[in-house]
Amino acid sequence: MTQTSSETSGEPGNADSLEIQRSPEFAALRRSLRVFVFPATVVFLLWYALYVVLSAYARDFMGVKVFGEINVALIFGLLQFVSTFLIAWLYSRYAAKNLDPKAEAIKEHMENGSPKSAAGNGSEDEA
Amino acid sequence: MNILADTTASTSRTWTIALFLVFVAATLVITVWAGRRTRGASDFYAGGRSFSGFQNGMAIGGDYMSAASFLGIAGIIALNGYDGFLYSIGFLVAWLVALLLVAELLRNSGKYTMADVLAFRMRQRPVRTAAAVSTVTVSVFYLLAQMVGAGALVALLLNIKEGQEFLGMDADTAKIMTVVLVGILMITYVVVGGMKGTTYVQIVKAVLLIIGAGVMTVLVFAAFKYNFSDLLSDAAGDSTKGESFLEPGLKYGVEVAGDSWQTTVNKLDLLSLGLALVLGTAGLPHILIRFYTVPNAKSARKSVLWAIGIIGAFYLMTLALGFGAAALVSRDEIFNADKGAGNVAAPLLARELGEKFFGGDFGGAILLAVIAAVAFATILAVVAGLTLASSSSLAHDLYANVFKKGKTSEREEVVVARWSALGIGLFSIVLAIFAQRLNVAFLVGLAFAVAASGNLPAILYSLFWRRFNTSGAVWAIYGGLGSAVLLVVFSPVTSGTTNSLFPGAAFDWFPLTNPGLVSIPLGFLFGWLGTIISKDKADPGKYAELEVRSLTGAGAH
Repeated sequence: MTQTSSETSGEPGNADSLEIQRSPEFAALRRSLRVFVFPATVVFLLWYALYVVLSAYARDFMGVKVFGEINVALIFGLLQFVSTFLIAWLYSRYAAKNLDPKAEAIKEHMENGSPKSAAGNGSEDEA
Repeated sequence: MNILADTTASTSRTWTIALFLVFVAATLVITVWAGRRTRGASDFYAGGRSFSGFQNGMAIGGDYMSAASFLGIAGIIALNGYDGFLYSIGFLVAWLVALLLVAELLRNSGKYTMADVLAFRMRQRPVRTAAAVSTVTVSVFYLLAQMVGAGALVALLLNIKEGQEFLGMDADTAKIMTVVLVGILMITYVVVGGMKGTTYVQIVKAVLLIIGAGVMTVLVFAAFKYNFSDLLSDAAGDSTKGESFLEPGLKYGVEVAGDSWQTTVNKLDLLSLGLALVLGTAGLPHILIRFYTVPNAKSARKSVLWAIGIIGAFYLMTLALGFGAAALVSRDEIFNADKGAGNVAAPLLARELGEKFFGGDFGGAILLAVIAAVAFATILAVVAGLTLASSSSLAHDLYANVFKKGKTSEREEVVVARWSALGIGLFSIVLAIFAQRLNVAFLVGLAFAVAASGNLPAILYSLFWRRFNTSGAVWAIYGGLGSAVLLVVFSPVTSGTTNSLFPGAAFDWFPLTNPGLVSIPLGFLFGWLGTIISKDKADPGKYAELEVRSLTGAGAH
């Protein structure tokens, strides 16, 4: 019954949140987040799935020796480590550059109510 | 020969106990110190949100790298070769799900528990009840795994054989005493030190584990003149399995000649395990609550980055430990210690390396003692994290928000949380004493499958799907949790084979030992179905609040 009465929770109320959610700045932040994390998730899950499926169904291929006793299975496994480190590093760079400034500007705007940063920030990422 | 072996065993036994006592004493001092600095609920549940990204990254490592990873994976590689590596990879890649989709958003929108996020825009009582049920289920399965493992290990590491006695106890009594001791310590850490104490215990353990594994890895490489290929060829040669030891397929996805049905089942089981491992991590409540111990989303991101570095380095080392054990330790000795489970491969390797590099039997005894003590430290840190996650959920979700409908004081909540920790601890001790026959890896695999099926779909829908509603959340949690547990009940793990829990019965109509391949999609399906068939309307204002808060941190606790 009460969960629709939004203004009771203090903090930024629902009305504010709705307004922010519809703002172009927030849309840009959401787009920046999703444009990285969704494709990256698809890529690493498929890459991992490929590794697991090959381990199950392509044993001959996985057993091919590349140099010394080092075979494809081992290299493929080590590449999963490399790709994990790489995606983590790319994301941290991307987030620091493309997410943090946008998020902080919106947060600042909400907490101080200063409309100062609201105008300039949204448009730069429209392209 | 026998006399020599006995003196070595007793030297290392004495040292194991001494080092373990040093660790216990040090962690208890830290716990009491942290306890004095624990005042409000935010201190108890979230360590005052004052840890740095690096500290929390170490603590996550300490929380995550369980005895199952350290001893279990090294053991699987030592006995079955390459297949153990599959576990390492799944456990590591899983962190990308946490990093990209969960950690920061959860940190911004929640307060103390996983349910804070799930119930954010839903009716509190049904969703929090479901989340508490699932938190306790996952954590208790995981707790059991660690405690059963501790009991089994002590007999092995202290080298108490059938018919032998130690301080007047036979092997079975020693196991039970260990479970009780581990239980009492974890209760103490949590009740006294709360999240602060637990975090420091986990940091200390992570440092010890990395140093221990690191020293062993360097020694293994030194033993093979830093030639990894030589190490592999020696391991394969000693394994009695030849080249196939270095390829996938000896343990998981085994091809059974002339039985194409069983071959198909085994391969699907491998896929199922792979899926559960990669999707389970981001649904483990004891991992999720660690993100609340840092001040903001940015430090939550830093914690995961550090955790990925530490955990990744550690899993790379398990490769050297496992193959090193295969090459340097007699296969029979590893196999016979615990009927092929392989849990003593790493400690035995430590003894071998100590003998080789640090002056004979005495050096062997010392390094064995160090690694054994690290293994116990590992178990203690993990069980403390699990106890904390369960008691937080019981106090904050069930007691404060379901029974008291949010009308309670912080002080009262923390008192209830402490009592819950005691209750969960005692419950797990009793359960673990009766569960000594269960396989440790199976319990951990099950915890991951349940977390991936019951928790992850609800978390992702909550954060990303506007229409998701109370009915969807409840369906997702109970549906995913229920199907994972039911499928295990009707799997060969429970009945139908000689290794089953009930070997005499046969109700194993579901052929896979890991339910993930079916139960994880079911979790997502139930969440979707529960949402669309309900007349519940998602509250757009609440979703706006959650989305804005989760992405920007405005209004975050």
